[in-house]
Amino acid sequence: MLANDAPLPVLTPETTPFWTGGEDGALMIARCSACTRYVHPPQPICPHCLSREIAPVRVSGRGTVASFTVNHQRWLPDMRVPFVIALIELEEQPDIRITTNLVNQPIEAAAIGQRVRVLFERHEDIWLPLFEPDGETGE
Amino acid sequence: MSRFGEKSVVISGIGQSEIARPSRKSALVLTIDAALAAVDDAGLTVRDIDGVATWPGRMASDPGFGPVGASDLKEALGLEVNYFSSGVEGSAQFVSAFNAINAIHAGLARHVIVFRTVHEATTRLQTGSGTAFAVPRVPDARFQWQLPFGAMSAANWVGLYAQRHFHDYGTTREQMAQIPLNCRLNAARNPKAVYRGPLGLDDYLASRMISTPLCLYDCDVPVDASTAIIFSHADHAADLRHPPIHIEAIGSALHGRDSWDQRADLTTMAAFDAAAMMWSRTDLRPDDVDTAQLYDGFSILTMLWLEALGFCGKGESGAFIEGGERIALNGALPLNTSGGQLSEGRAHGYGYLHEACLQMRGQGGDRQIAKQVRTAVVGTGGGPLGACMLLRRD
Ligand SMILES: [Zn+2]
Repeated sequence: MLANDAPLPVLTPETTPFWTGGEDGALMIARCSACTRYVHPPQPICPHCLSREIAPVRVSGRGTVASFTVNHQRWLPDMRVPFVIALIELEEQPDIRITTNLVNQPIEAAAIGQRVRVLFERHEDIWLPLFEPDGETGE
Repeated sequence: MSRFGEKSVVISGIGQSEIARPSRKSALVLTIDAALAAVDDAGLTVRDIDGVATWPGRMASDPGFGPVGASDLKEALGLEVNYFSSGVEGSAQFVSAFNAINAIHAGLARHVIVFRTVHEATTRLQTGSGTAFAVPRVPDARFQWQLPFGAMSAANWVGLYAQRHFHDYGTTREQMAQIPLNCRLNAARNPKAVYRGPLGLDDYLASRMISTPLCLYDCDVPVDASTAIIFSHADHAADLRHPPIHIEAIGSALHGRDSWDQRADLTTMAAFDAAAMMWSRTDLRPDDVDTAQLYDGFSILTMLWLEALGFCGKGESGAFIEGGERIALNGALPLNTSGGQLSEGRAHGYGYLHEACLQMRGQGGDRQIAKQVRTAVVGTGGGPLGACMLLRRD
């Protein structure tokens, strides 16, 4: 595990699709069927149009690095540092962001604008969505 | 502008415990020290206090961060309150001050004591950890979007904001360094500050990274401390020991997302919403401000506050603080004159309010601003937390 022993989420009916979609390789994001906008974190009503017709749908898992930070501090005794924490804007709707880890590339390769794609790492009942480089970089 | 309720409220008394890492005193004793000092400073008696409010209240999950609740002080001092509240949700650390202001304006209470107590130095020594999150499952659902990825500290969450600011505006570490360097210069003049020794740019640049681009000196210092501020109705100003400090305007807005990672513009934060609201409630302008006491839990947050409040343009805070002269004690906008949370210690929000009042009364001692301080702005919080107050004296 990248960030060893970091606390895992507690599954709820609203968050279970997001945290377990990785079992099927799917990044699941809530979407309003009335106004078609994505909503994250998931919630039972659309904050844009107030429709209750909102449900998790599978997205491409592709996105762009909006920002990143290299963590050097060992917050937990067994934490392996340094590692990259990144904020990913989803391809489908850039104001949907996921805080995650960037993996499968050297730490110094992390860059704002970089194109990335999701992969999943299982921990107990949770499939953490991590991201890795997706072809050429954006800048 | 008289329709704004905060203008009928004044700060009547201020008090602060020792600031220590760690203190030998319990969090409640520190709170009592601060409260009794504030009551005395106001020229009131404990029996005059009819309201109490605090942030975040008692937090079992993080006892260093939230060790003492409003109820604890009420019971300790035998207060007969007409208004009391505490809680972590709301407009950053100042929501308890705003609750007090609102209660006074609504006629629920006359003299409300507002306090913020931290016992983070002691807690860290006891647990041997810099985080309250060393647990198998995320203890608070709000943090489930960060913690599982090892983003276990606000240093990580704020590091993301800082990196984007550096990227979009060319902000540099040399520029950002001026926030902690200025704090340390001021702290050298403050006997209560926990870090008073010299800090140079070379020390800063050579210090270890915590979460890029934030290094050790960009992160504030956990301490044990309590600060108490008494808010009173302006009708009681004549009874007070010191000239009252008027609440000219408050900013409590949060129009963007209540989230560390979903705000539309990552180079802004809640502070921008709060600041815009504050300026909409006064005829005063940024040029009228004699000193700014702005949240420095992390250096970049102070820079974003400078932008939010309009002291410089968006993205221009790096150039604004470059070289440090403008924000120095004798500069055009003296900033964090006690040493801030970066050097005085993380009194968490209310330290800035305490310092602003000292400066406005001319009680700053060796760090008193030379020019007369008639108007001060105080801003607290980072990310989705942001609240500010404009203070004025006659
Ligand atoms: Zn909708």
